[in-house]
Amino acid sequence: MDTMNVMLVGVGGQGAILTSRILTQGLIRAGFDVKMSEVHGMAQRGGSVSTQVRYGEKVYSPLFGKGAGDVMVAFERMEALRYAAFLKPGGLAVVNDYRITPMSVAAGGASYPEDAVGAMAEKFRTVAVKAGDIAVELGNARCMNVVLFGALARALGLTDLPGVDWEEVVRSVVPEKLVELNLAAYKAGLAAGIEN
Amino acid sequence: MKQLMSGNEAVARGLYEAGVRFASAYPGTPSTEILEELPQYKDVLYCEWAPNEKVAAEAAYGASMAGARSVCAMKHVGLNVAADPVFTAAYNGVGGGFVIISADDPGMHSSQNEQDNRHYAKAAKMPMLEPSDSAECLAFTRAAFEISELFDTPVLLRMTTRVCHSKSLVETGDRAEQPVKRYEKDIEKFVATPANAIKHHPQVEARMESLASYSDNCPLNYEEPGGGAVGVVAAGVAYQYAREAFPAGTGFFKVGMSWPMPISRIRAFAQTVEKLYVVEELDPFMEEALLAAGIACTGKSVIPPVMELNPQIVREAVFGCAPAVTEVGAQPAPRPPVLCPGCPHRGFFYTLSKRKDAVVCGDIGCYTLGSAPPLNSIESCVCMGGGFTVAAGMAKVFEQVGDERIVFGVMGDSTFLHSGITGACEIVYNGAKLIPCVLDNSITAMTGQQQNPATGRTLMGAPAPAVSIESVLTACGFGRVITVDPQDLGAMQAAVDEAVESVGAGIRTAIITKRSCLLIKGLPLERGLCRVDPEKCKACKMCTKVGCPSVYMGEEAAEIDAALCSGCTVCKQVCPFEAIEEVRPQTVGYF
Repeated sequence: MDTMNVMLVGVGGQGAILTSRILTQGLIRAGFDVKMSEVHGMAQRGGSVSTQVRYGEKVYSPLFGKGAGDVMVAFERMEALRYAAFLKPGGLAVVNDYRITPMSVAAGGASYPEDAVGAMAEKFRTVAVKAGDIAVELGNARCMNVVLFGALARALGLTDLPGVDWEEVVRSVVPEKLVELNLAAYKAGLAAGIEN
Repeated sequence: MKQLMSGNEAVARGLYEAGVRFASAYPGTPSTEILEELPQYKDVLYCEWAPNEKVAAEAAYGASMAGARSVCAMKHVGLNVAADPVFTAAYNGVGGGFVIISADDPGMHSSQNEQDNRHYAKAAKMPMLEPSDSAECLAFTRAAFEISELFDTPVLLRMTTRVCHSKSLVETGDRAEQPVKRYEKDIEKFVATPANAIKHHPQVEARMESLASYSDNCPLNYEEPGGGAVGVVAAGVAYQYAREAFPAGTGFFKVGMSWPMPISRIRAFAQTVEKLYVVEELDPFMEEALLAAGIACTGKSVIPPVMELNPQIVREAVFGCAPAVTEVGAQPAPRPPVLCPGCPHRGFFYTLSKRKDAVVCGDIGCYTLGSAPPLNSIESCVCMGGGFTVAAGMAKVFEQVGDERIVFGVMGDSTFLHSGITGACEIVYNGAKLIPCVLDNSITAMTGQQQNPATGRTLMGAPAPAVSIESVLTACGFGRVITVDPQDLGAMQAAVDEAVESVGAGIRTAIITKRSCLLIKGLPLERGLCRVDPEKCKACKMCTKVGCPSVYMGEEAAEIDAALCSGCTVCKQVCPFEAIEEVRPQTVGYF
């Protein structure tokens, strides 16, 4: 198989690193060579962040460039637009229909795009998920990231990978106190991860 | 079983396996996690946060003199701070193996420049290794100590952000304990007087010659013949990019030891191909070495010398095939990093932002974000410690020309201890008319909440005496040191007014703002919450002037994002219509 290129984009502090940890741990169990790239430091302070995960038989680079991404998971809908250039034509975008207002908009000057999800859907196979609402219904807005992981797993067909029990992976990665919440989040994400 | 490890985790594992006994560092992205990973091995090694990188290098070098394998780690600009002892260590040689780790930041993800620290290996005349993934991070760390002891030299392990922070599979091994050779006095070796240095320099030159032939035979440098017309010389993560960018049949020369370069081996490799490329990030370091040796190659005439590379950039640069980019119809608004909701620095910068006569010289840390809109407060940022001293120079000129504006020098607690104390001495000793301000949030915050000499804890988790910043300033000669809670805007305003008046009256005056960063782990913190009463809100937008990510204008009134708000009340304090209420108070265990 060709190396698969996945990117997780969002706003610093949304939990993309935990999501990528669930993804990579499962992919290793499925026997893939896996590399991933994270962003630390200055970029985490509420700024735009991206994490990349690559998997296949043999992966050299931990990073891919523009026009090379197979899948994007956007934790915030405007961030999907920012990194759209990294997706291949016909790539898959799982977009959290959720808004975090950046300072440039809050303090005036810039404006928040009207229909980010629609703009993505025009150009890419797009799965829109209201992960914020789902997480709040489950009782904790912080599990939004695992809802999105479930949606990604469904949209990408990861649940069919032999050798991986994704619920067990979620169990092993999230804090012990939050296992039940996150398993519920994963299942809710699975149900939501269907192309519109 | 193979584990997925970041480069930094793998280096830490390599340090453990190499039998290292002493490790010192000052936190700096992307190097920080190397030392953060070491306390898990504290039964067999000692690790510490040093006040700055120069201290880290000196302490690690001392440990090496005492016979132990030792290491210091830092970000690229940290090596500028540590360069003095490192250059001399290269002349003197080592006791136990001594490795200096430099983590460069091509692309400036979290740095003020993207300097290429490979030049330090050449300038200081020390060997350099460059791992390209996490498995090599572990293996090269172990090899670095062998080379250090074999050639009696410090070794530079040069990493980059994508090597430090990318994760790949690693097979770990066991620790090989190293005997500590008993320290014996050796004045000629370790006393860097001219008389001794004069003897050392020719030895260093001879050592570089021996290292050059070692590099030619070193298994960290190897050929991957492609059978085709094109060959590529690459090191570090750029090798991984090149492997994907060039087609099958391309030959590779993978450089692991990149100083001295394995020139004879590459010359032989070059003869097997018709066209030789050098793929490297930043400067033409390897390219220049090859050209100087008369080996024809193509490098920076096609490969960009700025920002980090990736496979698509290399492919486009070499073969001209631009990636297929899809344009979407909508534009994202900018989202730069900002001070967190509840950041204690916000009240300080808001107060200064209202003073039109303030000139604010900043420094390196979270508070550099005080330069961002809408606060727009910090107006210079040069280097660690520069906040006080750049301000001192400005203040002297302002005084000469009769400019009445008031200069503030700003830095955090960790930066003050890193290199601000000398600046405090400069201000007092030379009578610079400015107000130095230490923004004490009780932690080294920007790099991810590390301890420092003022926090009362060590890297290994032990309690430690906390340096009193107030006492240090007093001892430097500041007659008035005003300590204030920056979240109380009234008190903050009064402190600034008092300091301005006091400095005007010729009293050396400093301000310390004291309130903990909310991200400190284990802090007994209850997040509070503020809410806008839409009936009272007149949409005057005053609350958006404090630059809090949780406050924004809704359709008709301001709104506060309950998921982000920490209840710091800074927005409430600036509201002229009492339209913001405190739903739940914030409690922090430490003021």
